[in-house]
Amino acid sequence: MNEQALKTTPLFDRHVAANAAFTDFGGWNMPVRYTSDLAEHAAVRNTAGLFDISHMAEFFISGIDSRAFLDYALVGVASEIGTLRAKYSLIVEASGGIIDDLIVYRLEQDSFLIIANAGNRAAVLSALAERAANFEVTLEDASDRLALLAIQGPRAVGILAMLTDAPLGDLKYYSIFESMVLSHHAYLARTGYTGEDGFEILVANEHAVEIWDALLKAGEPLGLISAGYASRDTLRLEAGMPLYGSELSRETSPYSAGLGRVVRLEHDFVGVESLTSYAATEPKRKLVGLSGEGRRAARAHYELFASETSQDSIGEITTGALSPTLGYPIAMAYVDSSAAELGTQIWADVRGSRQLMHVVSLPFYKRAK
Amino acid sequence: MTSREELLYTREHEWLAIEGDVATVGITSYAAEKLGDVVFVDLPKVGTTTTYMKICGEIESTKSVGELYAPVDGEVVATNDAVVGKPELINQDAFGAGWLLKIRFTQLPELLSQEQYAKLTDEG
Repeated sequence: MNEQALKTTPLFDRHVAANAAFTDFGGWNMPVRYTSDLAEHAAVRNTAGLFDISHMAEFFISGIDSRAFLDYALVGVASEIGTLRAKYSLIVEASGGIIDDLIVYRLEQDSFLIIANAGNRAAVLSALAERAANFEVTLEDASDRLALLAIQGPRAVGILAMLTDAPLGDLKYYSIFESMVLSHHAYLARTGYTGEDGFEILVANEHAVEIWDALLKAGEPLGLISAGYASRDTLRLEAGMPLYGSELSRETSPYSAGLGRVVRLEHDFVGVESLTSYAATEPKRKLVGLSGEGRRAARAHYELFASETSQDSIGEITTGALSPTLGYPIAMAYVDSSAAELGTQIWADVRGSRQLMHVVSLPFYKRAK
Repeated sequence: MTSREELLYTREHEWLAIEGDVATVGITSYAAEKLGDVVFVDLPKVGTTTTYMKICGEIESTKSVGELYAPVDGEVVATNDAVVGKPELINQDAFGAGWLLKIRFTQLPELLSQEQYAKLTDEG
């Protein structure tokens, strides 16, 4: 019997009080749903949803060599990120395998924040610390003292605006601002993992409950509800966003995952030699989007074939579901490069019966401007 | 009309309403809640022979797929078209509008009373 206690966030009691169903999310006891997956998904698309993502890892990097250090540590060129702007990036092994995908926020000229996946916190910290050896930088793992809330949806910004004087309307997508929310210091990042507009609010643990409650109270008349990890997964799938552990791993290169655009081979970084070779050759398998008909979704790990009867697998689904917004099955999958062209017909084995899907471009869903 | 107390249950969280030699079958609200939002229901065709505790269909939710076990040996005499078109009926009204199929049975196996089923779900 597993006696290891799961970790909880500062908002745990609120989720219990709201009758959430819980799941073990990488060692954390996280809310998978509060009411209904479909209702929570629809709220994020139509009004707003509030997520507790406090388990995520936050690292602060500062010091005179911050820019040079991050340029060396990550696949992108962090020194080119404008002040108060953000960029999606990857940290890879010397062999090119992905350690984590993450977002780099530039706070000041020589001050950065990295938000990484909870499950990769130790690995990312270790890699950053190792790579910092010859640089004059301070690296702080602030994960244990900070809570992170994400409010996402067309009404998200308006709801947050009720609790802060920060000039939210002036903040471009993928920027960050240091301000006060209900007189507490907070970082407000206009980023997210749902395909909708919204903010991620980084605040000290001791203020998380107050801000959570205030957001739900202010947002309730506007249709804001708390949303769990089940809806988070279908939302990010529709938005074509990869999940480490599903689409990304140490065994995937950025090029097979369709993330070549975040790699800047013209600068020196850990992994540049390996990735330069990868970039020069066609990957064996590529990550594609698939869409199907009917209501029967091909799910994670289901095998893919080139015909209704073939027994030779040409790929595997990484994430799949019946799209709540679109109403038909969608999936991300790794397929043989020869089968990765748009429009290619691919048959998914759905528990013994073959379902026809087509290769389509990502994302499946894009919000109205 | 069979009342909730007169329903019989299986360990697989199905309910049966017996009228003569026909059993109306559905899944319980306990099962529906565990499944989450039901998005697809696969039922056997009318005329299919069912075998006790053999899988005869599927109930798929956003997050998982639940197997439908035949609670009796018999023949499917009716299926609920409404629930096929609107799977959420199972979440909304598992014991009523969310019924799944009717089976003409040859004999009844051992089934749980409401009290026994309640004990099962309390332990669950």
